[in-house]
Amino acid sequence: MTYYEEDDLQRFAEIGKHRPDLFEKFMAWYQACQEEGALSRREKALIGLAVAHALQCPYCIDAFSQSCLEAGSNMEQMTEAIHMASAIRGGAALIHGLQSHNSVSRVSM
Amino acid sequence: MATVLPVIQTRFVSGAAIDFDEKLAAHSLELRAASVDTLQINVGKLCNQACKHCHVDAGPSRTEIMTRETAEQVLAVIRRFKIPIVDITGGAPELNPSFRYLLRQCRSLGCHVIVRHNLTVMFQSGQDDLPQFFRDHKVEVVSSLPYFLEHQTDAQRGRGVFEKSIEALHRLNAVGYGVENNELILNLVYNPVGAFLPPAQQSIETDFKRELMNRYGISFNRLFTITNMPIKRFLDYLRRSGNEERYMRKLIEAFNPATVNGLMCRNLVSVDWTGRLYDCDFNQMLDLRVAPELPQTIADFNPEKFAGRRIMTGSHCFGCTAGTGSSCGGAVVQTGR
Repeated sequence: MTYYEEDDLQRFAEIGKHRPDLFEKFMAWYQACQEEGALSRREKALIGLAVAHALQCPYCIDAFSQSCLEAGSNMEQMTEAIHMASAIRGGAALIHGLQSHNSVSRVSM
Repeated sequence: MATVLPVIQTRFVSGAAIDFDEKLAAHSLELRAASVDTLQINVGKLCNQACKHCHVDAGPSRTEIMTRETAEQVLAVIRRFKIPIVDITGGAPELNPSFRYLLRQCRSLGCHVIVRHNLTVMFQSGQDDLPQFFRDHKVEVVSSLPYFLEHQTDAQRGRGVFEKSIEALHRLNAVGYGVENNELILNLVYNPVGAFLPPAQQSIETDFKRELMNRYGISFNRLFTITNMPIKRFLDYLRRSGNEERYMRKLIEAFNPATVNGLMCRNLVSVDWTGRLYDCDFNQMLDLRVAPELPQTIADFNPEKFAGRRIMTGSHCFGCTAGTGSSCGGAVVQTGR
């Protein structure tokens, strides 16, 4: 057994087996989020791709890569979205450097 | 229709084949033709390109080509039954020696003529006057350009095709095709460069218009999104790349019953290079002929017998009913996914 199986993506609905009511609520919310609104489907797919990378979820990365293609995005745009997620992750780590600096300052002469 | 969402699929389609007719029946639908408005003539499989997604398996070494005798039989039908629209395809139809004769005759009979023109064929010997020829006969030109960037286009259609296609589009624009306030129609075709569905037609058309104008100064009329069909060369690609099951599942899950009324097979009959008849060009490539109770060749064609006929189907038909649908004129409905 490996921790991530590609076919598990198709089995997602099985999560609803023990509490279908909760899963149905989640699905309704999830589907509503995907609908075109103030943001286009393409923008939402790119956000999904960026978040998938920030979360490093292989299922989401696979699915949202396909969604981006099917929403008309190209590799340049998708790569920029991935860089955005990565840059914010990097920035979020780096800004915590001030926590370290503060901590050091507190005990330094 | 089940909404196909990223990550979450509410239904699982097993590996077992799903019958297209059963799918229609489950939605209380039946696929029957309306009247025959369009005769789509495939004049042969010879092409100067060998695109990776080609459902015809066309290429430079193909020898199947419509003879003048068969072309005359086709013309006799167009003349007798006053077929309003003629859609000429191939291969690269321009490479058939009877192409220009056939086209001139169709125009003299008053037909609206559509040519599926691959752009690069105009750089073949003796074809450099094609833009003027099309203009002089007021032909509607429909040309494939899978993307407005070189990498994607060449990946599907062959190295150097994008650069030649851009030059060809310049030449078509120069004689008045695809230019605002001009009656000469130049439509482009988007095919996904891989095993995925096309984006919303309106959305990607906006991108193409903006990018082709900004990058190259090119204009055109409409962009048609067409789904890649799991037939011949594209099917080979799906199998080689391990994508066949996933792609078929995608097509089946995206089945949209709202597309069925607008499918091209309902108003079209397809004739092959030998004169045999089919419900569409895809069926032609699968040798899936019109229903056996109907005349099988162009010489025996009669539109009254073909109106209301049952359409022959297969699993590839899911390609035309997925999402917003797919036809020779692009998406069938505005929304579907």
